[in-house]
Amino acid sequence: MSLVYKTRQIVYGFTLFFIALSGFAQMPIFKRYYIADIPGLGWLDQFYVTHVLHYVFATFFIGFGIYVGMDFVLNKKNISGLTASGVVKIAVIVGLMVSGGLMVAKNLPGIYFSHTLIYVMNISHLGLCMALLMASAYTLVRRKAWIK
Amino acid sequence: MQAIALAGKREKRMTSKISRRAFLKGSFTAAGSVAVSGSVARAAASLAAEEKAPLVTVIDISRCIGCEECVYACRESNAAKYPDPQKPFPKMIPKRVPIEDWSDKRDVTDRLTPYNWLFIQQAKALVNGQEQELTIPRRCMHCENPPCVKLCPWGAAKQEPNGLSRIDADICLGGSKCKAVCPWDVPQRQTGVGLYLDILPSLAGNGVMYKCDRCYQRLEKGHIPACIEACPEDVQTIGPRSEMIAQAHALAREMEGFIYGEKENGGTHTLYVSPVPFDQLIFEQGKGKPSMGRVEDRMADGNNLARAMLIAPIAGAVAAFGKFYKRVKEDG
Ligand code: HEM
Ligand code: SF4
Ligand code: SF4
Ligand code: SF4
Repeated sequence: MSLVYKTRQIVYGFTLFFIALSGFAQMPIFKRYYIADIPGLGWLDQFYVTHVLHYVFATFFIGFGIYVGMDFVLNKKNISGLTASGVVKIAVIVGLMVSGGLMVAKNLPGIYFSHTLIYVMNISHLGLCMALLMASAYTLVRRKAWIK
Repeated sequence: MQAIALAGKREKRMTSKISRRAFLKGSFTAAGSVAVSGSVARAAASLAAEEKAPLVTVIDISRCIGCEECVYACRESNAAKYPDPQKPFPKMIPKRVPIEDWSDKRDVTDRLTPYNWLFIQQAKALVNGQEQELTIPRRCMHCENPPCVKLCPWGAAKQEPNGLSRIDADICLGGSKCKAVCPWDVPQRQTGVGLYLDILPSLAGNGVMYKCDRCYQRLEKGHIPACIEACPEDVQTIGPRSEMIAQAHALAREMEGFIYGEKENGGTHTLYVSPVPFDQLIFEQGKGKPSMGRVEDRMADGNNLARAMLIAPIAGAVAAFGKFYKRVKEDG
């Protein structure tokens, strides 16, 4: 594994951890389950703090994702260079970016989405998040790489 | 038609509802009695036209006599939406999860509860060295960009194009995040009802959140909200935003008064007009009794970041092209 690949793995892992943590903090669970009581983790029940953090990590995640993706394409590589688990994870990440991006738009003033759409966005974002975490756990344990 | 019926109703109530407070508050009322009558009828007409533009209410505090007609009208109009919890409630895990049960205290009217979406708040103020008492109808402000709606992680709440926000009792899990993010802690929880009972009642969720939904079922039919219709003093007016903002400012000029709700939390669909500066009002305090302090736009930080999010893909693409260009040049 090249140094570039390793560095990217670390940056990705760090981003995924915090984006998922701040994402789960959007649900009122960390206080209920005493996690926000752990010294140093009190911010986890501050909804406006975790909301902004989720945005910050999402912004970086999108930029980083586009960079890595474009770099891959510009290196004249295509989907056949990816592992099956890599393809699945990328599809899920794209879904998270789309559903998340739509929810960011929804949060702007004067934007009225239909109630059904809002509901579907929330549920699919949460479902995709769970899917990504499970796929990531699988690839971590099985030591599956992104590229062949 | 409706306007005529309204006027008749109002006259009947006026004669029977002159309270001690009305007498005391005579001075304020005189100053505030601009051409508000008629505006109710006008608003009703524009509602019937199924106008989808945001509707704003103006609340002229100087006119309110604290009779609670609006409170009881609200309860009557919305009784069918009130929770009817089954007891005993599921055991909560962990134990710290608070059980909030108002089902035996449905009669409480001096604060917000799941069974009382509007209450009359007492506030004291010194006017020209004299202590005055104000009564203020309090309920959801219907924010222009409502955090309760936008930040609900289940999409249980929604905002309609006419500006009202409401919580869908069939979807809400009662986690109370909406209350935590509301600058005025408006939504109120009732344990033991709703969707969470069908999922993992002990582990997730805790009932349903309730608050003023601006009588959406009445607006849909072109009727004004129950509290507005019932008020014998025409304290509230409802209408399209631009008109109502102009009215609030005219009223404030007339009584040399002050406006609350136009800028708070980035703007709301409720404009209180008071003869006393809001920061000089001394409110009765307590749970379910929101204050009227300054509120910055709570959603502003996130929404400013949203712009950065638009730039992120461009920045990523530029960086990738930069790297590509460098390599091509080096390969030369
Ligand atoms: C990459 C772009 C992403 C964007 C733009 C985004 C945006 C959002 C937004 C707007 C919300 C609603 C709450 C709020 O307004 O703060 C949200 C919620 C959430 N996000 Fe993300 N998100 C992204 C990626 C992720 C990822 C990668 C994960 C997890 C691995 C994640 C997990 C969650 C969770 C668990 C929630 C709460 C449940 C829900 O509302 O669906 N998000 N996200
Ligand atoms: S708003 Fe009207 S109905 Fe409500 S308490 Fe005041 S005067 Fe009475
Ligand atoms: S006042 Fe509170 S409950 Fe009402 S719309 Fe604003 S945030 Fe939501
Ligand atoms: S608008 Fe309707 S729900 Fe809201 S306080 Fe008035 S009567 Fe109650």
